[in-house]
Amino acid sequence: MFESQTAPTYHLETVEEQENDFILNLGPQHPGTHGVLRVILHMDGEYILTADPVLGYGHRMQEKIAENMTWSQVLPYMARMDYLSALSYNQAWVCLVEKMCEYEVPRRAEYIRVLTTELNRISSHLLWFGAFLLDLGAFTPFLHAFEDRETLLDLLESLTGSRLTYCFFRFGGVGADVDAAFLRGAQDFVKQMHTKLPRYHELVTGNVIFRERTRDVGVILPFDTWGYGLSGPVLRGSGEQYDVRTSEPYSIYPELDFNVPVEQSGDCLARYLVRLNEIDESLKIIEQTLANMPEGPIKSKVPKIIKPPEGEASMAVETPRGELMIYAVSDGGKVPYRVKYRVPSFANLSIFSKMARGQLLADALAILGSLDLVIPEIDR
Amino acid sequence: MMTSYAQDIITGLSSLLTGMKVTIKTMFTKGHTVQWPRQTAQLPLNFRGHIRLVANDSTGFAKCIACGSCVRACPSNCIEVKGEKPEGAKKKSPTLFRLDFTKCSLCGLCVESCPVAAITFSRDYALAGLTSEPFAAMNLLDEVASPFAGEEQ
Ligand code: SF4
Ligand code: SF4
Repeated sequence: MFESQTAPTYHLETVEEQENDFILNLGPQHPGTHGVLRVILHMDGEYILTADPVLGYGHRMQEKIAENMTWSQVLPYMARMDYLSALSYNQAWVCLVEKMCEYEVPRRAEYIRVLTTELNRISSHLLWFGAFLLDLGAFTPFLHAFEDRETLLDLLESLTGSRLTYCFFRFGGVGADVDAAFLRGAQDFVKQMHTKLPRYHELVTGNVIFRERTRDVGVILPFDTWGYGLSGPVLRGSGEQYDVRTSEPYSIYPELDFNVPVEQSGDCLARYLVRLNEIDESLKIIEQTLANMPEGPIKSKVPKIIKPPEGEASMAVETPRGELMIYAVSDGGKVPYRVKYRVPSFANLSIFSKMARGQLLADALAILGSLDLVIPEIDR
Repeated sequence: MMTSYAQDIITGLSSLLTGMKVTIKTMFTKGHTVQWPRQTAQLPLNFRGHIRLVANDSTGFAKCIACGSCVRACPSNCIEVKGEKPEGAKKKSPTLFRLDFTKCSLCGLCVESCPVAAITFSRDYALAGLTSEPFAAMNLLDEVASPFAGEEQ
């Protein structure tokens, strides 16, 4: 498969792993892995022969913990998996329980959910943008991204009370109502982003060094995408148009008008462009929710002690990193019988060994960055 | 070959200059950093500090009726409540209300579960220390008057 790549690849097939290969530990404490991830690299000079990720440094048995918690107590744990897109996780859990118990959700609550989740998606992509460029050695874009992200976090904090690990959605609604100040803040933010996004493109997308470092680096061929279970921008960067928000719609997404950005080339640059275009699409969604925000209650009446009827259900949502699926079994009791998380970063990491082979070390870091991994989500 | 090489250099240089332009423009905008501790940022309305007990307006005692709802709601077992009926009162009053803030995730489930709205979030943001002791067993009753104050000694 690698022969068809345009990128210069090392002739891996002909190189045997030698006993005296240089072994390099990337991580577990390495800024390029963005968390406690360790990758064992067998090197030949600057070229990577094999790359084996070692997981488990931050494993907390989230699934087991969920079996010992009541259905509502699991909610705060959601934010501890993917701390950058806590609201998508919130949404998956509340939608799952609502599906099992058949709770109604008021329209206003749905709008607030989508509005805040999309804001959260932008903040996640902004952080990725900054961190990815840091991996490539650019510092200025990071500060630009964090300036905008700061506005966004302040905004979300004023509504939810936390800056990152939100626990905001509730079964049958949301935890707090949006006020005029929040709506105005969101509008201002959209306006601000519309002026800032072109500046990002000016500063980074056209930059010659950036393009050289990302174009044709870490190509994922469409052939590999489904086999490795890739999802999110990593999948869409390889020309597959799959987004849970449109393929398996939930909440009010079917009523909204937005595109799913897709790039064909499958390299780091494609994944970068997909994410930046997604910010644009999220802004579109936010504008629509702001314009059509219905009046009404923000929470329907649900019992204090949640006991879903016996049975099982699964719920998939699109997080900024890809498809999150939660599967839960209820035995009719106060605590879940079994919970299983299918997280996007875990699947997206699985292709890294294949992509890193034969690449230069510096390119491997660019590849790792372009996958947008959140390690606590992998080691959940 | 030679022309495309020269072209690459020209596009490359111009892209660097465009980037420089953005940087220079940004130099003249206002900074976002708040110079703490000389300045303080404004706390948002829904800020969540550690939880605290709400006092009854007229008596100054804690509103809490020691029902234990919050203890059961908390996912991290941070709250410990014991209560007794003060003489002549209809409802219980807490004799002990202890919070282990080291484990608290500030999720707000306790605040929502309370039937009499007896807990809220404080606006205390300086919640860092050199040891865990001040936070491992915070006595939340300190801030409210106690109906048992006379009897204890
Ligand atoms: S905020 Fe959450 S973790 Fe903290 S005491 Fe309340 S219920 Fe427990
Ligand atoms: S739920 Fe409210 S009333 Fe009950 S013990 Fe907790 S603080 Fe007191």
